[in-house]
Amino acid sequence: MAFESLTDKLQNVFKNLRSKGRLTQEDVKAALKEVKLALLEADVSFKVVKQFIKTVEERAIGQDVLQSLTPGQTVIKIVNEEMVHLMGSDTTEISLKPGSEITIIMMIGLQGAGKTTTTAKIAGKLKSKGKKPLLAACDIYRPAAIKQLQINGEKQGVDVFSMGEGHKPVNIAKAAVEHAAKNGCNVVILDTAGRLHVDEDMMNELVEIKENVEIHQTILVVDAMTGQDAVNVAGMFEEKIGVDGVILTKLDGDTRGGAALSIRAVTGRPILYVGMGEKLSDLEQFYPDRMASRILGMGDILTLIEKA
Amino acid sequence: TKTRNNIVSGIDSIFNGFSSIDDEFYDEIEEILIMGDLGINATTSIIEDLKEKVKANKIKDPAECKELLIESIKDEMNVGETAYEFEHRKSVILVIGVNGVGKTTSVGKLAGKLKDQGKKVVLAAADTFRAAAGEQLTQWANRAGVDIIGGQEGADPAAVVYDAVAASKARNADVLLCDTAGRLHNKKNLMEELKKIDRVLEREYPDAYRETLVVLDGTTGQNALAQAKQFKEAANITGIILTKLDGTAKGGIAIAIHSELGIPVKYIGVGETIDDLQKFNANDFVNALFDVKHDEKEDDE
Ligand SMILES: Nc1nc2c(ncn2[C@@H]2O[C@H](COP(=O)(O)OP(=O)(O)OP(=O)(O)O)[C@@H](O)[C@H]2O)c(=O)[nH]1
Ligand SMILES: Nc1nc2c(ncn2[C@@H]2O[C@H](COP(=O)(O)OP(=O)(O)OP(=O)(O)O)[C@@H](O)[C@H]2O)c(=O)[nH]1
Ligand SMILES: [Mg+2]
Ligand SMILES: [Mg+2]
Repeated sequence: MAFESLTDKLQNVFKNLRSKGRLTQEDVKAALKEVKLALLEADVSFKVVKQFIKTVEERAIGQDVLQSLTPGQTVIKIVNEEMVHLMGSDTTEISLKPGSEITIIMMIGLQGAGKTTTTAKIAGKLKSKGKKPLLAACDIYRPAAIKQLQINGEKQGVDVFSMGEGHKPVNIAKAAVEHAAKNGCNVVILDTAGRLHVDEDMMNELVEIKENVEIHQTILVVDAMTGQDAVNVAGMFEEKIGVDGVILTKLDGDTRGGAALSIRAVTGRPILYVGMGEKLSDLEQFYPDRMASRILGMGDILTLIEKA
Repeated sequence: TKTRNNIVSGIDSIFNGFSSIDDEFYDEIEEILIMGDLGINATTSIIEDLKEKVKANKIKDPAECKELLIESIKDEMNVGETAYEFEHRKSVILVIGVNGVGKTTSVGKLAGKLKDQGKKVVLAAADTFRAAAGEQLTQWANRAGVDIIGGQEGADPAAVVYDAVAASKARNADVLLCDTAGRLHNKKNLMEELKKIDRVLEREYPDAYRETLVVLDGTTGQNALAQAKQFKEAANITGIILTKLDGTAKGGIAIAIHSELGIPVKYIGVGETIDDLQKFNANDFVNALFDVKHDEKEDDE
C-alpha cells in the first residue's frame, strides 16, 4: 500500500514556507489538519483530538522556525511532545505489597477484551518475580470461563481458586482471599466476567466486590482496536468502579491504537502493560513514546526530531 | 436495555436544532458520523454526496436533508434479497474473525435460531487452540440442543472440519456451523490455516451452499476495515455479524466496509443470551447511529 506518512504530508504542507521566520496561525492550521486526520484515522476520540489540536496550535503559533530545518519538523516535535506528555512519560508497574502481605488485583473490562488471558499472563510475570499468585474465578456467566482460567493457570503453574457457578462473585472473591492467606499466596488476581459499562446490575456487582474486599489494584483491560467508544467505556468504568491502571491487549495486530490516547485522556490512569499475542508470555512493558509514534503512524518520528 | 427497539428517538433532536443548512450543520453531521466510527473516508464521501444532492434538489430545510441522508445510508446498507438463502438450502456456514469478537457466541445463537426453524444443525468445534474453546461451544450446543463435532485442544482444525462434514452428511444435517479460533488478520500462518479449512469445505462438501461470515466487534474502530479486507482475501466472505451493539458503540465502520468492499451486515449481536442475535435492519441501524446524547454538547462549544 502506498501510504504517505504523516511526516511526508507535513513536509508537503510546509514546502513553500521555508523563507518565513515564524509560524503563523494559518500555517499551523493547515498542518494540524493533517495531524487531526491522522489521529481520527487512528481512532483517537473526536473530542480528545479537538482538545489536543487546540493545545498544539497554541504552542506552535509564533514558534521560530528558522532554528530548525523545516517548519514541518517544528510542528512534529510539538505534536510528539504533547502526545508523549498525554500518554504519561514513564513506564509503570503494578504496585505490590511487600513480602507476605497479600496484594489483591481485580481485572475488569468489556466482553472479550482479554481479561482471562491477561490474568494468567500477569500471574506468570509475578511468579517469575518470586511472588506466589492465586487466580480467582469470579466469572460465573460465560460458558466455560472457569475451565479457561484453570487451563491457563495450570499452564503458568499457579493455583486457581473456584467455587463453580453457583456463588456470587463477591463471595468467591472473599473466599479466595482467605484461601490465599491459608496457603501462603501473596497476590490474588480476580478474573471477573466481561460486562458492558452501561449494564447497571453487572457494574453493581463490581462495586459490591470493591465494598467487601480490599482491592489494591483495579485494572481495566481494553482491546487496542477499540474505536470512538473507548471514551465512554473507560469513563464509565472509572466513574463507577475506579481504575488504577490499564492494560491494552491485541497490540500484535496492525491497529494504530488511538484508544490508548483516549483512555489516558479520560481516566488519567497509566497504561501498565500491553498484550502482544495469545501466548501467556506475550505481555510487554508499555512505552508511551513508542505508542505515540504508532498512533501518529510515524515510526521514524524520533530520528526525525533528532535531526531537527 | 438489551435490544435496539427503543432507539428511534435520537435522530430528530439533531436536525431540529438547525433552521438552515450551513457549514455548522454539516460539521455537526460530520462529528456524529466520525463518533459513530465511520472513519474519515466514508464520512467525507457521505457529506460530499449529501451536499451535492442538497444543491441539485434545491433543498433548504434541514429536515428534508435528514431524510436524504438517512435514505442514502440505508440504501447503501441494504442486505439484498438472497442474504438468507442458506436458510432454505443444505448449507455450511464458516464463522471467522479476530480474537474475542464473539464468534463462538454467535455460532451458538445462530444454532439456536436455526434449530427453532426446525432444522437439523451440526456444530464443528474447529477452535482447537484457545483454552476451553471446545467446552464453551459444547455448552452452546447444549443450550441450542444441537450436535457438536470435535473440541479436542491441540487437534488440527482442518481435520475437525473434515470430520464434521462427514458427520453432517451421515446425519443428513441441514446446516453445518463451523466455529474457528480467533486470529488476527496480520498473522500469515493463521490465515493460511483458515484457507486450508476453506479448501476442505470446498473439496469435501461441494454440494453445500456456502456462507462465510466474518464476525466484527461493534466496538472496533477503523481496524475492522483491515480485518474485513484480509479475511476477504483468505476466504470468500459473504456477510458480517456485527456484535456487541447492546452497548454504546455504533458500529459505523460497517458502513465504510460495505461501501468499500461490498460486504453486507447480515446479523447483529445485542447481548449474551441465545436470543440476542437479530437479522440486520438498516432502518434501526442508521437510526441508532444518530442517537447521540445531547447533554454532552455544551463542553465542546
Ligand atoms: N492476538 C492477541 N490475542 C489476545 C491477546 N489477549 C487476549 N487475546 C485473545 O483474545 C480472546 C479473548 O480473550 P479472553 O481472555 O477470553 O477475554 P476476556 O476479556 O476474558 O473475555 P470475557 O471473559 O468473555 O469477557 C482470546 O482468543 C485470547 O486468546 C493479545 O494480546 N493478542
Ligand atoms: N454484550 C455482548 N456480548 C457479547 C456479544 N457477543 C458475544 N459477546 C461476549 O463476548 C465475549 C467473547 O465472545 P466469544 O464468543 O467467546 O468470542 P470469540 O470470537 O469466539 O473469541 P475467541 O474464540 O477467543 O477468539 C463473551 O463474553 C461473550 O459473551 C454481544 O452481542 N453482546
Ligand atoms: Mg474472561
Ligand atoms: Mg471462540
